[in-house]
Amino acid sequence: MLTVQGINVYYGAIHALKDLSIQVNQGEIVTLIGANGAGKSTLLKTLSGLLKPKTGSIEFLGKSITNQSVQAIVKQGLIHCPEGRRVFANMSVEENLELGAYLQDGKSLAADFERVYSMFPRLLERKKQQAGTLSGGEQQMLAMGRAIMGHPKLLLLDEPSMGLAPLLVQDIFKIIQEVNAAGTTVLLVEQNAHQALKIAHRAYVLETGRVVLEGDASELADSEEIKMAYLGH
Amino acid sequence: MKKLNSKFWLGIIIALAFYGIVQVLLTTGVFNDVTRSMLLLVGVNVMLAVSLNLINGITGQFSIGHAGFMSVGAYTSAILTLDYDVPFILAIIIGGIVAAIFGVLIGMPTLRLNGDYLAIATLGFGEIIRIILLNTEYVGGASGLSGIPAKSTWTIIFFFTLFTVVLINNFIRSTHGRACLAIRENEIAAEAMGINTTLYKVIAFTIGALFAGMAGGLSAHTFYVITPGSFNFLKSFEILVMVVLGGLGSTAGSIVGAVFVTLLYTYLREFPEWRMIIYSIVLILMMIFRPSGLLGKTRINFGKLGKKEAKANGSIDSSTP
Repeated sequence: MLTVQGINVYYGAIHALKDLSIQVNQGEIVTLIGANGAGKSTLLKTLSGLLKPKTGSIEFLGKSITNQSVQAIVKQGLIHCPEGRRVFANMSVEENLELGAYLQDGKSLAADFERVYSMFPRLLERKKQQAGTLSGGEQQMLAMGRAIMGHPKLLLLDEPSMGLAPLLVQDIFKIIQEVNAAGTTVLLVEQNAHQALKIAHRAYVLETGRVVLEGDASELADSEEIKMAYLGH
Repeated sequence: MKKLNSKFWLGIIIALAFYGIVQVLLTTGVFNDVTRSMLLLVGVNVMLAVSLNLINGITGQFSIGHAGFMSVGAYTSAILTLDYDVPFILAIIIGGIVAAIFGVLIGMPTLRLNGDYLAIATLGFGEIIRIILLNTEYVGGASGLSGIPAKSTWTIIFFFTLFTVVLINNFIRSTHGRACLAIRENEIAAEAMGINTTLYKVIAFTIGALFAGMAGGLSAHTFYVITPGSFNFLKSFEILVMVVLGGLGSTAGSIVGAVFVTLLYTYLREFPEWRMIIYSIVLILMMIFRPSGLLGKTRINFGKLGKKEAKANGSIDSSTP
């Protein structure tokens, strides 16, 4: 579904992604784990077109999206749910979701609302509330719901569990699995490697802009190297 | 949808009734000349404030070069009526269009900047225009243009103002306006949702410049004389004060702010040295006691025209406090 081949991305003089290649297959949950600064968020931003690679190619659903605009990429169903939730704080929950469907023609709007509200009943309870007044967990649900409103075929989730209480983290991961079960492929960036490996099918380990390990999530979770470096036991 | 349209027409009827009453008071001589020129100034200032609010309040791009666009419109239309005998209304519209072209030209490079940097760039733009006008013999240099026919009447200014408010308010409530709001709320998220942020910033900037240019033309044809000095950064600041006083992001607020500042301006005419002090005090008090402006985020209760946008509108109205 998504094939990234040998991309190099720079922030000015800083070489953030070095010759990086990954692959995501239809229906999978793939997770990217790695320390701060390993390039996980950079990779997601590059996939959604917010950053442009200097070299290398990105192919989505058999078509090159390497130098396409964000709008064109979103339209094809590759949707990025950015780090730190970034809800539109002064708008209501409902308006936030509406903006998620910004590129849709509006015909399926009612059905999309229903789908998101059934996934996140909390959002339905609070649909008239200002997004900035929601709790962290609710804001994360809103950010995910907003992304889902755009009919993602591939959903990029950047640190959905960041700053959330442990119980909420469980909820969020459960929801990711539900979204995936409903037919959306998920590429998940997580600091919480333990949880991420539990729900993912496959995983890539990033270090300073390179893929250093890849494989089945369950195998990686068992490998001594990963346990030492990321799982803390 | 029906209800929204009827609300829209109610707003129009109230506005027209206001127009009629003032018109009668003017023709019967109840309002003297001072009041009349104040009313014209109110109209011009409402146009300026509402158009700046689209850029600063709705799209969240901190621009303080509005007087620059105003001067482009003022000079263009004044030259057209003075030297080329272009019909007045057409001259105003061309003035607005030329200002809008400047809006696109200035907007494309500068809107890549954020916050303070954009403010400095737009401030610089306003000053550049002023200096160019100051040094151009053709437009009279420092003494400016005079003898501009005073063709702005209450009727003309009223309908231009009404048109500005209706058009900008409808824009704000459309899908496009929502995109602009999203940019203000969170630019990265807006972009990730597929909103072309640069495009919408330039659109907002251009529409703002268009109406600022028209307002400039109307004011030039109200006060006979324009000089580069009347479009210095204090003028930009004055427009900004109107928007902030009324409530950043609220069209109704911008109108209230413009009226308030114009009244203040008119009644403090005899104490010009106090004017800026009072502005400042009012602003400071405002920031302390009512930081979101006189009307806060209140949306103008005007409904809107057309049915395509009306659908998206339902949720806005119900969420208005």
